Amino acid sequence: MNAQLFALAMFDGIAYAALVFMVAVGLTLIFGVLRILNVAHGSFYAIGAYTAASIGGAIFAAGFSPWLAFPLLFVAAALVGILLGGPIERLLLRRIYAKEDALQLLVTFAVFMILEDVQRLVWGVQPYFEATALQQLGNLEVLGVFYTKYQLIFLPIVAVIVLIGLRLFLRRTLSGKLILAVTEDRETATAMGIDADKVYLLTFIVGAALAGFGGALASATTSVVPGMGADMIVLSFAVVATAGLGQIEGAAVTALLIGLGRSFAVYLMPELEVLIPYLIMLLVLLVRPEGLFGAVRTRKI
Amino acid sequence: MRIGLTAAACATALLTSAAAYAADKPAELKIGITAFLSGPASVFGEPAKAAAEMMIESMNAEGGIGGVPIKAFFVDEGAGGESVLAEYRRLVQDTQVDAMFASISSGNCNKVAPLAEDLKVLNFMWDCGTQRIFEENSYRYVFRTQANATPEMLSTVLYLLKTKPDFNSIAVVNQDYAWGRDSWAIFSTALKALKPDVKVVAEFFPKFGTPDFSTEISRLQALRPDVILSTSWGGDLDTFVRQASQRGLTNSSTLVLPLAESSLERLGKALPPGHIVGTRGDHYFLHPEKKADSDFTAFVDAFRDKTGAYPIYPVFHMSQALSALKGAYEKAIAANGGKWPGREQVVDAMAGLSFKGLGREVTIREDNQGVEDMLLGTTIEAEGYDFAVLDDMMMFDGDQVTTPVGKVSIEWLGTLSPDFLNGVNVEMFKHGS
Repeated sequence: MNAQLFALAMFDGIAYAALVFMVAVGLTLIFGVLRILNVAHGSFYAIGAYTAASIGGAIFAAGFSPWLAFPLLFVAAALVGILLGGPIERLLLRRIYAKEDALQLLVTFAVFMILEDVQRLVWGVQPYFEATALQQLGNLEVLGVFYTKYQLIFLPIVAVIVLIGLRLFLRRTLSGKLILAVTEDRETATAMGIDADKVYLLTFIVGAALAGFGGALASATTSVVPGMGADMIVLSFAVVATAGLGQIEGAAVTALLIGLGRSFAVYLMPELEVLIPYLIMLLVLLVRPEGLFGAVRTRKI
Repeated sequence: MRIGLTAAACATALLTSAAAYAADKPAELKIGITAFLSGPASVFGEPAKAAAEMMIESMNAEGGIGGVPIKAFFVDEGAGGESVLAEYRRLVQDTQVDAMFASISSGNCNKVAPLAEDLKVLNFMWDCGTQRIFEENSYRYVFRTQANATPEMLSTVLYLLKTKPDFNSIAVVNQDYAWGRDSWAIFSTALKALKPDVKVVAEFFPKFGTPDFSTEISRLQALRPDVILSTSWGGDLDTFVRQASQRGLTNSSTLVLPLAESSLERLGKALPPGHIVGTRGDHYFLHPEKKADSDFTAFVDAFRDKTGAYPIYPVFHMSQALSALKGAYEKAIAANGGKWPGREQVVDAMAGLSFKGLGREVTIREDNQGVEDMLLGTTIEAEGYDFAVLDDMMMFDGDQVTTPVGKVSIEWLGTLSPDFLNGVNVEMFKHGS
């Protein structure tokens, strides 16, 4: 493997990692605060993609500026977070926080199944494709290979902004600090006057919006098809488990690890491509069962 | 004991056939149809279901089959193999359907074929591609009313060699499941036999349903193969072609896409001119011999009105299965002196049956495999369509490209020599003419 191929594999890996990170970070944020492993996260991703693709298709066909594709990403994310995430937390998850983990998992899985069918009802089964955002930015030739600027530059930058933004939000703003406080110790936080219910709702909306944002970003690069949510949720689980549940920076590092592992596999041993994320997860969990960045928690009595 | 059982079976068979001769005309002819109505392959199942409903409605308006109206029951293959088998049993044993059309998935065809034999129900493998079923077993009740993977892949190799005789290198990007692997085995065996000096520079089998081919595309741009084969379909094919054309891979390599007829309209301008497209038979909404036929164009228009899209190959496959059903019943009625035939008589009538769906005539061989001509073409831009259509079309003779009866495809393809290319009959068609 020469330097050129090495560089190409790096570029591909980073672009892929950016998308995976966007979904995994929402999942890990929700788990960190709500302590719920949200299977329906995959649906938020898919619905974000469908929303961006179908609204985009409609407004560009009506002759609006193609640059609207970029604000549209945020619109799709907000719609998913507020219209889907909000009601699901409020009306459903709120009732089951005290229940067993297995039940919580089953409930979110049920939501996932319902939303899969909702997608089929609303958007049908034919693939959607809406790549205006990607086409607007054009291509870039690196080492004799054409890349889209969207994947090579835009996606990684967005991922870094989301990572830094989340960090600043959690550490520097009041809402963020409230979230951290509730994560640390819900009982004490509530005793000190923090409205934990509000914090849960906010976190879930932000987490769902991140998944929707990931889907909207991905919709420019891929076909939006039934079943895309299921694939993404499995991969995100692998990322989150490898990183350590609730670890935001960990999710970024792991997404990068998995992205690079996957692209190097395509160059060196294509047969391993599918296996790579799970091999990485297996190796990490063998050595550190709590995940790369997970801390061993002392059990509260 | 065994003799006793056989005797009992014979007696039962005699009884049932005696009953069969006296069969009354039923109130309706019931058929069960398995198709993907959920999951990624519903891009095929949904159009096929819409087509079945339209065609059955118009057949019934003209008196159905022998005066008996047809009623279809649909089973979703997307629910998984076990569920398909359970529903299949239920339809045959409880609903008592007269025939089954199963299925789209080759995996389901593999499971359903022995079951049909057990249940003694006429089964049309109306869409699945695996060539193995009739090569590894022989069946009485199972027929394939369409071609299979071998003629589809062999005709693709022939088209490629006829249109680009001087290419040197090829790469493959197929889905990582039975079809992706098997189709490459057939294609590469045929290619190596017909053009031994060709170099295979990369073999990629990305995960089924993968959203991202970026890494494969970077690698292919660095390798610059003359030809890239992909037998992918549906969302996977759309994604690959779009990502390839966005990044200019379609300028440096010729894509060979045996299933892309079913993606043309969705791909729009993303599939540029100059790439090779197959139709899994002679399935094409601008079929060069049919596009002047008013019945054909009326159906295409009606299908577009109903579904918003041009008909694709599963629609043609469905028309073939329905036409075979009608043909078999009419043949059996005639053989039965005009009276409604028993089930076994209908199965008997399938032997050597020729029938015509939306495309050219298909004939059932003695191993129950349908022989169908193969149409391929190269994409061009044409007025009136905002997506690529086919030009420089070639129609290959189904008899010549289908594995001979009793031979195993991979072995037979391995025995071909480069002369085979010059011996095949080809009819050529242009887009406008």
